[in-house]
Amino acid sequence: MPVSFPAGVEYLRILPEIILTLAGVLIMLLEAVWSDQRRTVFAPISLAALAAALWAAMASSYGPAFSSMLAIGGSATFFRALVIVVGLLAVLASSEYLTRERANGAEYYALILFSVVGQCVMVAANDLLMVFVGLEIASIASYVLAGYLRDDPRNNEAALKYFLLGSFATAFLLYGVAWMYGLTGSTNLSIIREVLLSSGAPSLGLTGVAAALIFVGLAFKISAAPFQIWAPDVYQGAPAPVSAFLSAGPKAAAFAVLVIFMVHFGATAEQLQPVLWACALASMVIGNFAAIQQSNIKRLLAYSSIAHAGYVLVAVTANSEIGAAAVMFYMAAYALTNIGAFAVVTHVARKGERFVSMSDFAGLSRRQPAMAAMLALFLLSLIGVPLTGGFFGKFYIFKAALDSHLVWLTVLGLLNSAVAAYYYLRVLVLMYFHEPGEGAEELPAAGASLQIAVYACAIGTLVLGILPDWVLDYASKAALK
Amino acid sequence: MLQLWLIPVLPLVGFLLNGLLGRRLSKPVVNVIACGSVLLSFLWVLKSLNALGVFSGGLEEAYKEHYFTWIQSGMLNISVDFAVDRLTAVMLMIVTGIGFLIHVYATGYMAHEGGYYRFFAYLNLFMFFMLVLVLGANFLLLFIGWEGVGLCSYLLIGFYFLEKFATDAANKAFIVNRIGDFGFSLAVFLVVIHFGTLDFTAVFEKVNAMPVESAAGWMTAISLLLLVGATGKSAQIPLYVWLPDAMAGPTPVSALIHAATMVTAGVYMVARSAPIFLHSAHALDIVAIVGLATAFFAATIGLAQTDIKKVYAYSTVSQLGYMFVGLGVGAFSAGIFHVMTHAFFKALLFLGAGSVIHACSGEQDMRFMGGLRKYTPITMYTLAAATLAIAGFPGLSGAASKDLILEAAYEHAPWMYWVGVVTAGMTAFYVGRAFCMTFFGEYRGKPAAKAHGHGHDDHAHGHGTPHESPASMWIPLVVLAVLSLAGHRFFPIPAFLEPIFPLHEGEPEHWLEYVATAFGLGGLALAYLFYVVSPGLPDSIASTFRGPYRLIYNKYFVDELYDSAVITPTIEGSRALLWRVVDARGIDGLVNGVGTTARGVGAVLRRMQSGSIRSYAAWVVLGSIAIVAYIGFRGGVL
Amino acid sequence: MPALPAAVPLSWYLTLSAFLFVLGVAGFLFRRNIITVFMSIELMLNAVNLTFITFSYKLQQVDGHIFSFFVMVVAAAEAAVGLAIILTVFKNRQTLEIDELDSLKN
Repeated sequence: MPVSFPAGVEYLRILPEIILTLAGVLIMLLEAVWSDQRRTVFAPISLAALAAALWAAMASSYGPAFSSMLAIGGSATFFRALVIVVGLLAVLASSEYLTRERANGAEYYALILFSVVGQCVMVAANDLLMVFVGLEIASIASYVLAGYLRDDPRNNEAALKYFLLGSFATAFLLYGVAWMYGLTGSTNLSIIREVLLSSGAPSLGLTGVAAALIFVGLAFKISAAPFQIWAPDVYQGAPAPVSAFLSAGPKAAAFAVLVIFMVHFGATAEQLQPVLWACALASMVIGNFAAIQQSNIKRLLAYSSIAHAGYVLVAVTANSEIGAAAVMFYMAAYALTNIGAFAVVTHVARKGERFVSMSDFAGLSRRQPAMAAMLALFLLSLIGVPLTGGFFGKFYIFKAALDSHLVWLTVLGLLNSAVAAYYYLRVLVLMYFHEPGEGAEELPAAGASLQIAVYACAIGTLVLGILPDWVLDYASKAALK
Repeated sequence: MLQLWLIPVLPLVGFLLNGLLGRRLSKPVVNVIACGSVLLSFLWVLKSLNALGVFSGGLEEAYKEHYFTWIQSGMLNISVDFAVDRLTAVMLMIVTGIGFLIHVYATGYMAHEGGYYRFFAYLNLFMFFMLVLVLGANFLLLFIGWEGVGLCSYLLIGFYFLEKFATDAANKAFIVNRIGDFGFSLAVFLVVIHFGTLDFTAVFEKVNAMPVESAAGWMTAISLLLLVGATGKSAQIPLYVWLPDAMAGPTPVSALIHAATMVTAGVYMVARSAPIFLHSAHALDIVAIVGLATAFFAATIGLAQTDIKKVYAYSTVSQLGYMFVGLGVGAFSAGIFHVMTHAFFKALLFLGAGSVIHACSGEQDMRFMGGLRKYTPITMYTLAAATLAIAGFPGLSGAASKDLILEAAYEHAPWMYWVGVVTAGMTAFYVGRAFCMTFFGEYRGKPAAKAHGHGHDDHAHGHGTPHESPASMWIPLVVLAVLSLAGHRFFPIPAFLEPIFPLHEGEPEHWLEYVATAFGLGGLALAYLFYVVSPGLPDSIASTFRGPYRLIYNKYFVDELYDSAVITPTIEGSRALLWRVVDARGIDGLVNGVGTTARGVGAVLRRMQSGSIRSYAAWVVLGSIAIVAYIGFRGGVL
Repeated sequence: MPALPAAVPLSWYLTLSAFLFVLGVAGFLFRRNIITVFMSIELMLNAVNLTFITFSYKLQQVDGHIFSFFVMVVAAAEAAVGLAIILTVFKNRQTLEIDELDSLKN
């Protein structure tokens, strides 16, 4: 094989990853050199790096990079932009929290940047090796983030659970990858696709088992049942802004990879369809019904995120271009909505996260009407009320499902979303129809960066609900590629 | 362009002004913004309809305004279009006209309430969504309005949020409506899949191009799912349970949302989708039967209520049932006609009830009212007009629309007519009873300032005796009274809707009308006899009747009528069987049961989450084994 | 690449790696010490590496070898992070008993 060095344009195609990595390393170096007074500058540096990366991702040309290890296309661009925006919002929602907890360390920002790099690599991957490396970069950074406040026992436990179970699930994925490699003779997804389509394709049973093992690892990351079990504990135990990040970024990236696999694995992926069907239904049912029982708002949002993973899996099960577009749209709407909701929770939780019970939201509309209204908007979007992003997200998902004749899954999914209204409403009722509890501790006004994050999420949720075709057009074109 | 968009946007502006700045505005300014925006909207409706020639026999074809393409993608094309045809014109007039009157009334009624600006902001927001619902030219806009009015209704029912009952009622309303919306959204999906568009004109053209038999399965499925949506919003069996509880909201809300406008959205939606329903005879039959059953059962329940708002609430459910009967037997224009007349007299009944409650300082129980004709003459005369109208007094608006429905029902199936007529008799009886208990006899309320009933409209004025309401409250009453008496003469809806819903040919049989009238008058007379005449009769006359009447007779609480269980087993039955079993145990039980089950399932799922890492890993392993084994067996590897 | 002794068929290697993988899973499920549990994951990763190398040999490619190097590097990174997390847990709770970490549940 002739030795070929990557062309300049290929470096440009991974410019977002380069920018973020350099910024992350820079932040860690500065932390070592600088005195404590200058720590406030880390957040702006991260924001600038993320903004630059966002621009680079949007401006990137389409095509393969680095011997076809990565492939930048419409879908990759969409998801790269999405995970970078998630990183931006997470940084905005975090800085106040970190100051409050006296943990304003550089490594927090560096870890967020590295995790975003990993997610970017995942969504642009065209090789199983890149999927694995990206997944691990994203995961290892997020294990640390989940346990960021290292003196808080809740953080410890969340981090350990996330780490042990995450590595455990990754091992399954890796074993599946090894078999896929052995059966097809390559780790490159384009070649795998050709091999699987060719007449000499290995038996569907074997590739199916390999694909099933890979699915286990991804299902863990998207917290789909029956691999959802870590999510409630980790979301509850991790710092609230980290939960916001975890529920949006890694999940979106894992869904992107799942869609890539569905496209490239052809008939093997169709083998998986009944499994996806069952996992989608189980996720919706487990997420929604368990959420009804919760009194801790972070845990409630965790179960809700399991249910939403189920909705998105419905679109994946549809295994069509419309389904792929629906996944993109829904993940965008869901990421914005959920980060917004977690940001408000971060705010209400106050120092030490002592106020994360649902009753702590009683009368919020009287104490801080703006924050209450924003949380109400996010909850309505999670319910799927029209004029919010959540409505069109569900609309496209169930339309895609019906187009693929998944009638029962659609009916059960819609019933589930009717059940879901119940627990979101409980929070709404508390905020609007109850008085603050006796002797409730004063709630200071939200800081500027957190407010920016919340309002940005709200605007995004509304834009996706009122002008969905901007994003949808893009998603449909990307899915066609 | 007639700029139809101004019609909903004006109240939206009112909502934004009051919602964002209301806290800093004085009450008169809030009033002017709230009522003014609705008035302007009403005037714009009049101007637009006049320009379209509605008042001079025009607008035979729908007029449509295209604003912008909202969603355009390979999957779906949806425009933001507003369209006006004669059906929309009727609804627009009702919503903005009655809406304005009720806004004016509310300025007086809510004068002493906290959260004044918030109330009017929600009310204006409701107007916005209701007008979008009516004007939207495709199913998606209709659905957005539909969800929006549900949300506003929820906010307004729970307005007295300090009362646990009010928030429970709000929750119940929202959740029951979600069940209906589930059906509606499925129907919308089926429409997209089957027709590839959501635009009314395009969908109905495709429907009409089909022969009746072809794709009847599809049409039936879509119609029935639409009907599920309509039963939620319009409080029909089995989803009617939320409406009586919804009376926990302030009375103007009950009048506007839960009587005159929002609850008729289901009727409007079915009438709008008439081409689809007409392609499925089964679905139409089911609409008629659901409507008739609701009308009858709700009327029997109404006999047993003592809370004045509850009486009118069950009466609303029952009258909505009539409208569905009209739709179901194919007399769409009669159904819509009844929507209009019902909006007149039921809004008036609720506003009058509000005035009575206001007069009695928050008392809602009719057993503690009585003799109010001395104190509140205007309220009495206007309520009398509404009572006569709903009872079907000949020549009044209620009779005009109800008779049309009953005649159509007779032609469809005579038994439906007879059930309807009996229902009409019961309706006349309980509204008459409510009227007599309120205005005749002696005042039975607590005399001192302590009058503080369990009413949710408690004003706590501290007035000792009942008093007439302020002008802002009684002027709307008078206007509505005129409309209840003669509204059907100003607006002959069936003839007006002829271009959309062809009128039935042939002369109706006159005796149908006479029988219906006789039942109505009989019901009124019976109510008068039991609640006015007999309590005043001397003992000697009572002894002449002896037997049943001795038991009925009671000097203060005429409601012992029920306790004595003499009148008919129907009444006891309605209370013991229908109200308790069907409502409280049956359907409430079902709703609660679903809730309990859901929580039970949740509890089991929680147990999965033991907190132990090793058990979590076991789930991962079991899940992997299950998936790998399934795939392996399917692929023949294992 | 040097040839393997003909007496050992490839399927044995695959069986051995599958066995190692299952051993790792069992270790994760049944051991109580967090460090041992963590080492079970390393065992699973090594089973994967063996699979890669076996297939790489069969296909006469280097791709599988390269992949296994990446797995080793990532495993090292994971070990660094994982041991740090385990250390903080031990500092706060003075225990490495895995079943005592169950305060977050339901």
